[in-house]
Amino acid sequence: MKVSVQTQDFDAGAEMRVLSRDPKVGAVASFVGVVREVAMTLEHYPGMTERALQKIVEEAGARWQVLDCTVIHRTGVLQPTDQIVLVVVASAHRGDAFAACEFIMDYLKTQAPFWKKEAAGWVEARASDDKAAERWK
Amino acid sequence: MKVKVLFFAALREQLGVAGEDIELPSGVGTVAALRSHLIARGGAWQSALAEAKLVRAAVNQDMAKPAAAIKAGDEVAFFPPVTGG
Repeated sequence: MKVSVQTQDFDAGAEMRVLSRDPKVGAVASFVGVVREVAMTLEHYPGMTERALQKIVEEAGARWQVLDCTVIHRTGVLQPTDQIVLVVVASAHRGDAFAACEFIMDYLKTQAPFWKKEAAGWVEARASDDKAAERWK
Repeated sequence: MKVKVLFFAALREQLGVAGEDIELPSGVGTVAALRSHLIARGGAWQSALAEAKLVRAAVNQDMAKPAAAIKAGDEVAFFPPVTGG
């Protein structure tokens, strides 16, 4: 399981290939979040962020058969079309990989201490994100 | 007792401070009590942390409910609902 909070970009394909090396792996599901339309600055809570992501990944591993998992989240100044977040889940079968990947993103959205600021101000949290996380309870 | 208090994002900007070490009076033993203690400072503290505002908290880098206990040496953070991903 790898969790990284970083300013630099990531290579989703390379990260997926790393998780495909285990011969037990039959499915690799991934999600990439991208900056839409306006530039933003991402602030986070160093220390807690890594801890929160680790806990989310462990929870996914407790619920589904996850052979390995990578979560990368960028911080700092990001421009439209820049990649923000990557979640890759490797499992024996697609059902576990898809579900764990979606669960990790939904929980990340409501539990990991990141905040987006655009030129117009701080981005408000959305109720739809809370609802998305609620359905896994 | 002394605790370390941190503020993030919009809250940090509204308060003009990223964090401070605070000596708490006895009786301030929960996240909610600490928030009330800070609100009592008035001014920006009162408006930024007001009960009506959506403020989340963490104790020692774990998300914490208002009723969560705090003890000497803890790191308590207040921040707006998160917006990552």
